[in-house]
Amino acid sequence: MSNELSPGFADSVADAQSCFRSVLNAMARPGHLHAIGGVSAPHPLCDAAAAILLTLADHETPLWLDPMAAEASVWITFHTGAPRTPAAQAMFVMALSLPDLTGLSIGTDEMPETSATVILQVASLTTGQRYVLEGPGLREPRVVAIDGLPPDFVAIWQQNHVLYPLGVDLILCAGNQLTALPRSVSIKDA
Amino acid sequence: MKGYNFAYLDEQTKRMIRRGLLKAVAIPGHQVPFGSREMPLPYGWGTGGIQVTASILGSDDVLKVIDQGADDTTNAVSIRRFFARTAGVATTTATAEATVIQTRHRIPEKQLREDQIIVYQVPQPEPLFRLESSRVETKRMHGLSDYGLMHVKLYEDISRFGQISISYDYPVMVNERYLMSPSPIPAFDNPKMDMMPALQLFGAGREKRIYAIPPWTRVKSLDFDDHPFRTINASHPCGLCGATDSYLDEVVVDNHGGRLFVCSDTDHCAERRAAGHVGADGFREAAE
Amino acid sequence: MAYVAVKGGEQAIDNAHAWLARERRGDTAHPVLSVGQIEEQLGRSVDRVMAEGSLYDRELAALAIKQAQGDLIEAAFLLRAYRTTLPRFAHSNPVETATMRIERRVSAVFKDLPGGQILGPTYDYTHRLLDFGLMADEENCCDPGPASPATMEAMPRVPDILGNEGLLESDARIEQEPGDLTREPLTFPADRDVRLQALARGDEGFILGLGYSTQRGYGGSHPFAGEIRMGEVSVEIEPAELGFAIDIGDLVLTECQMVNQFKGSKTVPPQFTRGYGLIFGFGERKAMSMALVDRAMRAGELGEDVTAPAQNVEFVLYHSDNIEATGFVEHLKLPHYVDFQSELQNVRRMRESVE
Repeated sequence: MSNELSPGFADSVADAQSCFRSVLNAMARPGHLHAIGGVSAPHPLCDAAAAILLTLADHETPLWLDPMAAEASVWITFHTGAPRTPAAQAMFVMALSLPDLTGLSIGTDEMPETSATVILQVASLTTGQRYVLEGPGLREPRVVAIDGLPPDFVAIWQQNHVLYPLGVDLILCAGNQLTALPRSVSIKDA
Repeated sequence: MKGYNFAYLDEQTKRMIRRGLLKAVAIPGHQVPFGSREMPLPYGWGTGGIQVTASILGSDDVLKVIDQGADDTTNAVSIRRFFARTAGVATTTATAEATVIQTRHRIPEKQLREDQIIVYQVPQPEPLFRLESSRVETKRMHGLSDYGLMHVKLYEDISRFGQISISYDYPVMVNERYLMSPSPIPAFDNPKMDMMPALQLFGAGREKRIYAIPPWTRVKSLDFDDHPFRTINASHPCGLCGATDSYLDEVVVDNHGGRLFVCSDTDHCAERRAAGHVGADGFREAAE
Repeated sequence: MAYVAVKGGEQAIDNAHAWLARERRGDTAHPVLSVGQIEEQLGRSVDRVMAEGSLYDRELAALAIKQAQGDLIEAAFLLRAYRTTLPRFAHSNPVETATMRIERRVSAVFKDLPGGQILGPTYDYTHRLLDFGLMADEENCCDPGPASPATMEAMPRVPDILGNEGLLESDARIEQEPGDLTREPLTFPADRDVRLQALARGDEGFILGLGYSTQRGYGGSHPFAGEIRMGEVSVEIEPAELGFAIDIGDLVLTECQMVNQFKGSKTVPPQFTRGYGLIFGFGERKAMSMALVDRAMRAGELGEDVTAPAQNVEFVLYHSDNIEATGFVEHLKLPHYVDFQSELQNVRRMRESVE
């Protein structure tokens, strides 16, 4: 079945709510993993990324899609209606490798909430480089393993974190799993 | 409920609110504007809390709704009915059984858990509103972290009264960055917000703002080193269950100035009485 | 006497609803009021509810009025809540009031003008004497006769007449999509499109009072009623598949263009300035008030001092919505005893430390 024809959520109301609760919990508790169901993603997106787009994107959310994921573009447009924009104006950035965060919207002093949310697909959220997260949502520092981030990710993320309350927020996806790094969280190498 | 979407709101509205909630959680204490919809309940009566709850609620949730700490106050009844009709979710009066708690003006006495979400109804999200009526101005102050106006007001309180005179809706600093209104909960409840295991969401429908405090986040009530924050409560035990550490309602029982103090949190009180605790006054609740 | 904790909120609510239903019906010696009667014979109430409910549907507005026992703000609330549930399938083209099928058109700035002064079905020159003939339930003795047909004569708009001479500032033009307060929260600075939307759906009494204040010196701008017109306009949509516009229905609108004075500058010669009002139905009082307040809120952009309440955009826009206002004012009825208890204990404690 070609990507253009593959369906979205089996139950659009219930699956979107369930996916949203997972994303909400992921933002509220950075680094915790959540599994998503309800959709088979169009290549090359993973299921979790596709679910997040179905849940959060629509005709009101300008989206930048990684050219490496162009195959999924028709599916995304059909199911979400999200208009495409350059990355600098995007509300959602669907990426297969970490984009240049400094080129994205970081919000303004009075409207920090207008910054971009990056949905980043990585190879794994259970193995790989280890990082320590600290900040709101975490009772004590938490160690996470992520395979697929650039070697200087800690420096890149801290550059974003230091802009708080401005800055981008990051949702990481692998397979049917997701986790999140809100801008409020700081990171170091484990 | 025929003709209406699950939990009343259409999916587009839910998405809009959900996106707002995610940003709110990423920026603890910051007020995120949202396109509040006209709901079948009046503005000022919980439409913000209702829209937040409607956006997060799933069919497997268990919902508790309280107002002034009680499940049976008329507006709590009305809102619980609204969700029972439009979402068919299970509802409960037991704090321990709830996965989502919508509240007006109280935080339950029982400590909330990591798997729970508390949704506050907020009449006025702007903590500076009595000091500066222009939202254009207060928005600028939040953007610049310029909260001098509030510090001056507190200092003036101390000069005039010898103490800070705010007893409810006591302003807090969240994550050391944003000044926030905790909603009109009594100052007694403020400490519960600090490092709470549960996620706290706030909805103001009329003023069209959403905000959030993630779990395990620092929430500090404003004070001065030489005038530290103090809670206020009636210095009696609960007449029904004997609790000495719960927030108390004052009930006028007769025409001779007779007073009875009872737990505002009706579930907390009922749970204690069911466990055999009896108030020092020896009163027992008459059977319904 | 043992204290019995207050319970039974659910039963109390049910009882209240039952009593309300009986009150709404009233004395059964009188026939049930029909929605059609309200729609036809209480048209001004219907117009107001449509305007403040932001929904043009005479029958639904009449139903809301019946359900609300004539409380027009309650009725507008019902309509707004219903409106929230309606899907949107298209945006119309802007309606063209220049080609309105006129039932009423008057101008205070010219004695006569092309198309003439058409009084229409106005109360203006009635003597406010109670007509006890209307107490009878039967048809009134005077046969109202056939409705006067709307005129088909050309009716150029007074602002265009003035504008052709360059005496009136040109109409505002905005390039981007107009904002929508029913979908997005109010933000500042609020542009004219959002300000006009807020006024159109705002409380008639509040806007009337503010408009009146501008006439009495609180930020006045020497207004003249350039033109007031009332009648039917067509609503058109242009589906992408067709590539041309189709007429999907008609609205009765009242439009008011106020002409106000502006002190020119070194670069701009003096011109009259505009205030604009547009309302569903026959809503002249509201359309005129709206035009006065619209002009007052433009004070900042026209380089005038902003001193009066009607000129304070934040003040006007935040308080003009009567659904928001009544919700919050009336919410004071809800229990506030927990906070009051905190205040009580606070005051007791402060008094103790003084004594």
